Amino acid sequence: MSDTRYTDQHEWVRIDGDTATVGITKFATGQLGDVVYVELPEIGRKVGQGGEIAVVESVKAASEVYAPIGGEVSETNPALHDDPSKINADPEGEGWFFKLRLTNKAEADKLMTEAQYAEFTKSL
Amino acid sequence: MDHSSENLRRTPLYALHLELGGKMVPFAGYELPVQYPAGILKEHLHTRAQAGLFDVSHMGQAMLSGSDPAAALERLTPADVKGLKEGQQRYALLLNQQGGIKDDFMVSRLSGEATVHLVVNGATKEGDFAYIEERLTGVANLTPHPDRALLALQGPAAGAVLARHAPDSERLVFMDTARMKVAGAPAIVSRSGYTGEDGFEISIEAADAEHVARALLGEPEVLPIGLGARDSLRLEAGLCLYGHDLNEDIDPVTAALTWSIGKRRRETRDFPAAARILDLLANGPREKRVGIRPEGRAPAREGADIADKSGRIIGRVTSGGFGPSANAPVAMGYVETAFAREGTEIDLMVRGKALPARVASMPFVPHRYKRS
Repeated sequence: MSDTRYTDQHEWVRIDGDTATVGITKFATGQLGDVVYVELPEIGRKVGQGGEIAVVESVKAASEVYAPIGGEVSETNPALHDDPSKINADPEGEGWFFKLRLTNKAEADKLMTEAQYAEFTKSL
Repeated sequence: MDHSSENLRRTPLYALHLELGGKMVPFAGYELPVQYPAGILKEHLHTRAQAGLFDVSHMGQAMLSGSDPAAALERLTPADVKGLKEGQQRYALLLNQQGGIKDDFMVSRLSGEATVHLVVNGATKEGDFAYIEERLTGVANLTPHPDRALLALQGPAAGAVLARHAPDSERLVFMDTARMKVAGAPAIVSRSGYTGEDGFEISIEAADAEHVARALLGEPEVLPIGLGARDSLRLEAGLCLYGHDLNEDIDPVTAALTWSIGKRRRETRDFPAAARILDLLANGPREKRVGIRPEGRAPAREGADIADKSGRIIGRVTSGGFGPSANAPVAMGYVETAFAREGTEIDLMVRGKALPARVASMPFVPHRYKRS
């Protein structure tokens, strides 16, 4: 059973064993508008929880993406380079950004559940 | 809500923007829609494919009157205003006394009328009007028209759409202007705009704005377009945005807008800082505004440094983003003149990395004005 958690910076992370898949939320894409470019990290890059790890550019502006959880980048989504609009079309599915090999799974406990995140975005 | 938003003004179309789902943002002291539900990308592409309606009522409209308002205005601009024929519009630069660009604006003369009509930028209009009044005291009278709205209808279908509501608009070609009724409302229509496409700017009384906008939006080809797409459309067209690509420290030669200096004016040398500007024209400026095409997919934004291949900073990006019709990132900026030639390899410094790019000719998307 995978578990999806959310950050207050509007990233989501789905944890499956020792691997975490990361992307940005539907709320984030609504704020950003049409995504035209994404800068993904190199495979093997190590990042701590909350570290800058990617950049997403919409027609409006560039925004940093932060690692929801610490780990080492094991895979990036190859489809996003040619078609970044996948991020708008399916942000929490086909529009995933990268995968991390986790260093400390317990970090996920600091993140919001789906219900907490829904509550959080309502307050914005 | 921050405190500055309390002082924001609203255009006569504010309620319509909300009704259409416009996402309102502060711009030039007004609350204006950055986009509608279609989104910037679709709005941009729709304008180039069919037609888009823009609310540009924040812009400053004014009439200049007096015994010879065209001659008076020439004290403040290097454009040939006296040579402007009745029924014509022209792009012009308002210069400060040092020859820096205080604003860029449109000037027009209407058939059978002694006044000249000005449209200046929204963010600069109060300062412009105060400057014009001060410099032209006793020579001409400026009457601002804050009571007028301004709509822009842009795109290849704009001509067909407007003809249904203003048959007289069909006889206008690019940079022509005339009074006519649009959807029954008295209007000043010019065939011009800020997208590189064929289209019109329609000046009407504030009270008629919603009626005229609804009539145009009722046409199947027309979508409402927000500020986001307005910016990407003008950037692809190579058109400057005041306060970003132009400011008071930049002269017309450095800005590569020498075509807006009238031929006669180069002889008469009677505009602000004419000696300095004509010297720059003859001997070349230190820096020049150029178009830039990044080689990858990553856009470079305003403020990014431009470096030569050895890493020395040679300029800066003043406008940049993704061009939906160019389907590539596009930018403009200033570089040292030695690097201004088309094709010159440069680097754009984005997030600490050097992004390879080339100096490119503008527009990035060909203009499609109706010239005849």
